[in-house]
Amino acid sequence: MLEIKNLSASIGDKEILRGVNLVVPDGEIHAIMGPNGAGKSTLSYVLSGREGYEVTGGSAFYNGQDLLAMEPEERATAGVFLAFQYPVELPGVGNANFIRTALNSVRRARGEAELDAVAFLKLARSAIKSLSMPDDMLKRNVNVGFSGGEKKRNEVLQMALLQPGFAILDETDSGLDIDALKIVADGVNALRGAKFSALVITHYQRLLDHIVPDYVHVLAAGKIVRSGGPELALELEARGYAGLEAA
Amino acid sequence: MAAVIETLETVDALAAQKYKYGFETNIAMDAFPKGLNEDIVRLISAKKDEPEWMLEWRLKAYALWRTMDEPDWARIKHPPIDYENLYYYAAPSGPAPKSLEDVDPELLKMYDKLGIPLNERAALAGVESPNVAVDAVFDSVSVATTFRETLSKSGVIFCPISEAVREHPDLVKQYLGSVVSIGDNFFSALNSAVFSDGSFVFIPKGVRCPMELSTYFRINARNTGQFERTLIIAAEGASVSYLEGCTAPMRDENQLHAAVVELVALDDAKIKYSTVQNWYPGDADGKGGIYNFVTKRGACRGSRSKISWTQVETGSAITWKYPSCILQGDNSVGEFYSVALTHNYQQADTGTKMIHIGKNTTSTIISKGISAGHSNNTYRGLVKILPGASGARNFTQCDSLLIGDQCGAHTVPYIESRNMSAKVEHEATTSKIAEDQLFYCRSRGLSEEDAVGLIVNGFCKDVLKELPMEFAVEAQKLLAVSLEGSVG
Repeated sequence: MLEIKNLSASIGDKEILRGVNLVVPDGEIHAIMGPNGAGKSTLSYVLSGREGYEVTGGSAFYNGQDLLAMEPEERATAGVFLAFQYPVELPGVGNANFIRTALNSVRRARGEAELDAVAFLKLARSAIKSLSMPDDMLKRNVNVGFSGGEKKRNEVLQMALLQPGFAILDETDSGLDIDALKIVADGVNALRGAKFSALVITHYQRLLDHIVPDYVHVLAAGKIVRSGGPELALELEARGYAGLEAA
Repeated sequence: MAAVIETLETVDALAAQKYKYGFETNIAMDAFPKGLNEDIVRLISAKKDEPEWMLEWRLKAYALWRTMDEPDWARIKHPPIDYENLYYYAAPSGPAPKSLEDVDPELLKMYDKLGIPLNERAALAGVESPNVAVDAVFDSVSVATTFRETLSKSGVIFCPISEAVREHPDLVKQYLGSVVSIGDNFFSALNSAVFSDGSFVFIPKGVRCPMELSTYFRINARNTGQFERTLIIAAEGASVSYLEGCTAPMRDENQLHAAVVELVALDDAKIKYSTVQNWYPGDADGKGGIYNFVTKRGACRGSRSKISWTQVETGSAITWKYPSCILQGDNSVGEFYSVALTHNYQQADTGTKMIHIGKNTTSTIISKGISAGHSNNTYRGLVKILPGASGARNFTQCDSLLIGDQCGAHTVPYIESRNMSAKVEHEATTSKIAEDQLFYCRSRGLSEEDAVGLIVNGFCKDVLKELPMEFAVEAQKLLAVSLEGSVG
């Protein structure tokens, strides 16, 4: 379970998050929507531990562990996964090698045996197949020369293989055509279960047609200003964010 | 940023870790008195039972060296080297070993620690690299050469150069000093006067050497300069792949290493020469470490011949090294693939020279420099196209990667073209490991160290893939180990 209490954070002198409160129990998927600059990406970076964000107050616990006191890799091995809005290119680093190294770091932390290259490839190929992705995904260098859609699919592939307990999808739908959107949604839906929870950050209702959330929250000016069921997303789609800050 | 300070502290903590190969072997050593004079040169020659012509060659080199000065154009700084305070010869005492059974068990133990399959039986039993022949040079003497029988069946000569001087004088006379002349530079003159051992390889006409050849150099005695000399000749249509790996124990003093390597490729011959250099780099404060002043050059004498240098340089306090190709034969090919990594206070000034003489000669230079800590890393390269080299082509790619903000990367390319039909391309980039790359890796569960290792290995991939398989893996590990705690 993820529990965020009164979380405030700033970049330099600029306060971005101003007391976010949010609980995501295991087994649930929550969507966060909101206008540009509301702090959606900041929230995902603060939860995953990126440098350059100063937490000025509040707390964030995942399964009782104080996330804010942990290194990014410790959060990852504890089961937190961030699907990047802009996945990073790693020239010369093979995708299979990268994901295997990551998976083995996670497995080590969980006290599981590491996978050798053969066992990993078998696992990765079956994941690729079930996500309807091309085989060469593993052979190419991490995100180098990938189209926007391929980069996002690569994030979903990593998520499928790392099997996180809690995933943050930071605008994973942006720049995707409808087919790619379905692949991404299928990836998330495949992980759904009693021990998986996710925070889906998006601008658009259309992703939520494919990943149906349990709750929708609206983040505006660094705070959650409204929460509701999936129907809230439809309402926002129809009426926009205007006037929400006051609500 | 706070995290930078934190990682710099990690650097210091990790740099204090022991150099993995920094143990010392206690065996009785034979050493001549310190300093260099004609008598020492005569003693070295006598110790080797050398013929008169070899002694004369050495004495000529010694006389020339006395008139020369150390080169001062490289971007390196060091206190003056006191050439009178060095030992020029050290070897395990007693008669030279005749077979593996005669080799000092302490020595065998050391090679064991380094993981060299010196023991023939063990090597044959081990499945890992049964096709690697090793000529181990322990300080100044080649202790044992394995696989020689297998090699001699195909007519390949692979032996200590001191033995070649006695057993194959005609070949040695013909080729020694024919690529790197005695007076080529200060260090080549010094080496020519006092070289004590090294490897000799001759691949006869049309023979493809049946196994990788490898020499493992190691400096052990205190204050001992190591001056090995390597000569490789590939006759018409012959081919060989040769690897040298180097480690040295930890010492507070700086030790001098001045080697000369000469390669000769005749018509249609191919020589691939790979180096993994991991001499002791000095400690985190820049104390100690090897001064590595090496002259390596290959002559593509024959048409369609090819010489390929691949080097992974992670060690030494100072590296001064420019493996070069003289492309004399028409359609000959020269290649230089290099990874040079410097950390703490290491200094590397390394690169290549491609001299295009023959028609349609081509050369490729791929250089990857990685600087961390307070180190300085310079690529220095010359591409020279002579008037007769019609249709010559060169492609140079020079990339530098900086880790932290205390280090330096420098690129000094010289291009001289005297033929209008020649094409020369030079590309260069300088980059830093980006914060977002590190964060991306860490958010997937990789430690900072693993992330840096992965990114650096990716950066070097174009060079690492040129290494023979067995050594590519070792080189990858070496890069990661050498960079431990270097993130900034």
